[in-house]
Amino acid sequence: MTNFLQQVVSGLASGGIYGSLALAIVIIHRSTGVINFAQGEMATLSAFVCWTLLDHGWSFWPAFAVTLVLSFAGGVAIQQVLIRPLQGSPLLGIVILTIGLLIAINGLTTWIWGGAAKQFAGPFSTSPINVDGVAFSKQDIGVIAVSVVVVVLVGLLFTRTKAGLGLRAAAVNPVEARLVGVRVAAMLAVGWGLAAALGAVAGVMAAPSLFLEPNMMQTVLLYSFAAAVLGGMDSPVGAVVGGLLLGVLLNLTGTYVHWIGGELRLATALAVILGVLLVRPAGLFGRTAVRRV
Amino acid sequence: MRMKLIGLGLAVVVLALLPVPLSEFRTVQLATVGAYFIAILGVDVLTGHSGQISLGHGAFIAVGAYTTAILMANHGVQDYWTIPIAAGVAGGVGLVAGVPALRLSGLYLALATFGIAIAFPTILKKFDHFTGGSTGITLFGKPTQTGHGAGVLGLTNNEWLYALTWTVAVVCFLIVWWLVESRFGRSLRAVRDSELAAAASGINRSAYKVAAFGISAAFAGVAGALLAINIAYVSPDTFPIQLSLFLLVGAVVGFFGSIWGAVLGALLIQFLPDIVGLIPHVNTKQAGPTTFFYGLVLVVLMLALPLVLRAGAAIANRGYSRAQ
Repeated sequence: MTNFLQQVVSGLASGGIYGSLALAIVIIHRSTGVINFAQGEMATLSAFVCWTLLDHGWSFWPAFAVTLVLSFAGGVAIQQVLIRPLQGSPLLGIVILTIGLLIAINGLTTWIWGGAAKQFAGPFSTSPINVDGVAFSKQDIGVIAVSVVVVVLVGLLFTRTKAGLGLRAAAVNPVEARLVGVRVAAMLAVGWGLAAALGAVAGVMAAPSLFLEPNMMQTVLLYSFAAAVLGGMDSPVGAVVGGLLLGVLLNLTGTYVHWIGGELRLATALAVILGVLLVRPAGLFGRTAVRRV
Repeated sequence: MRMKLIGLGLAVVVLALLPVPLSEFRTVQLATVGAYFIAILGVDVLTGHSGQISLGHGAFIAVGAYTTAILMANHGVQDYWTIPIAAGVAGGVGLVAGVPALRLSGLYLALATFGIAIAFPTILKKFDHFTGGSTGITLFGKPTQTGHGAGVLGLTNNEWLYALTWTVAVVCFLIVWWLVESRFGRSLRAVRDSELAAAASGINRSAYKVAAFGISAAFAGVAGALLAINIAYVSPDTFPIQLSLFLLVGAVVGFFGSIWGAVLGALLIQFLPDIVGLIPHVNTKQAGPTTFFYGLVLVVLMLALPLVLRAGAAIANRGYSRAQ
């Protein structure tokens, strides 16, 4: 039972990371229909920026804040320079472009920081905390707390502010949103910025436990895809819930199903992706798309 | 048509003579280019002609490579005989993969195949009694099973690798050429452009899409077999996600659907590191810069493609109005 609880909590911690990145993917997907394959590498780049600030003697939270701002700006810049010119061309072309971006950013981080894994001192101590005889890692609790705060903030932004209303309007119906005065082009750029900042949260939270290296987020990206698909590619709530569910699922199957173990985690995530897409493509929270043929 | 045949004839002559002025090292490199060329032909059939994207072709290449490696290492099969078997096995896997792919539209297929490419090496590691796990399978020390060792035409080992690869590549090219020019290819493109219209014209779209997957995977399997023979070693890390993505770069460089452009893509995959090395102050000993430029090429191409297509359409229209 003790082990079970520990596994659930550490599953929730990695689930929070998957959920944050999945949320980033969903925000872009539901506003433009694009799946951003570069989201994971953008997150790695953000984590490297944060590492560099820490390396220059900054303390964690200011470095984290500056990283978020820079990532937001980077996301907006990528949308403006690379994605906007292709607006209206076939989606597949834009998706292939994001794959190019994946490769290019991966190369860039290797070029600048080298391929060796770096120790990343997170804000939370790795010492355990005892609750009723069960030892939880403080780092896991901290990561869960940060994920919850971030998700609640994004939720408030979407549902309680005028900018959030504009973002949702631009995503749901760009033509009519433009008619009532929403600056749709700006909203799309803000969406990319927001997604990049969310990715930065995921990257910086993942770095202490995964060790920082250029390919760090490649597996996390697959888990996040699985989370987003599980929750429904168009549902922000679904992305977060999907992330948490997947984190716990992977930990429990890894611990208790012996032939899966630690080695088939990726294959399990792949099975989730394929299973959901084939059985219930809308995911747990998505609405079933009705298509006129 | 006649121009194309002449072009092909010239290409074959150039290919046959190319090893003469080149060093052994370059000859081996060009053999690898041949293997990439075959894989890109497969991607062309699938993505260019049937409109289904695959980011997971590295997995089919791995299936072909492992088929060859296991047959050669454990069953003493001659290297060239493993190639058709590798094609069959990978093609069969492709057919099986093609069935669920029917239910996935564009982006979701990209997502699912991306997942396959990332997860496949871990699956190879897991079933280690069959695949040799992380250490892989080495094919050194089996000289009699290679064409060179068997004394075919008295070629040196590197010449044998080159000759084998490009002979297979030319055969593959002819098959693909015939496929895309035939009724089969027209039907594929009809399904790609409008499933509804194709179905209304009596084309069994499911059968064609699954067949395209199988054929494409079979070519990937051939490429994998040749890579295994060339490198004489396979391991899960021989087929990282990067390989699948680079193939996509190669296919885009060759302009999707143009089987003639595939050779450009294959050359790019092999020689981009050398080209990047020409830029001053760039150290290509390190993996970063080369990878960066692979990505950059793809990004720039995708940004330029709409312009290229528009220009192409304008030129085509000019020809049309002149014909009027």
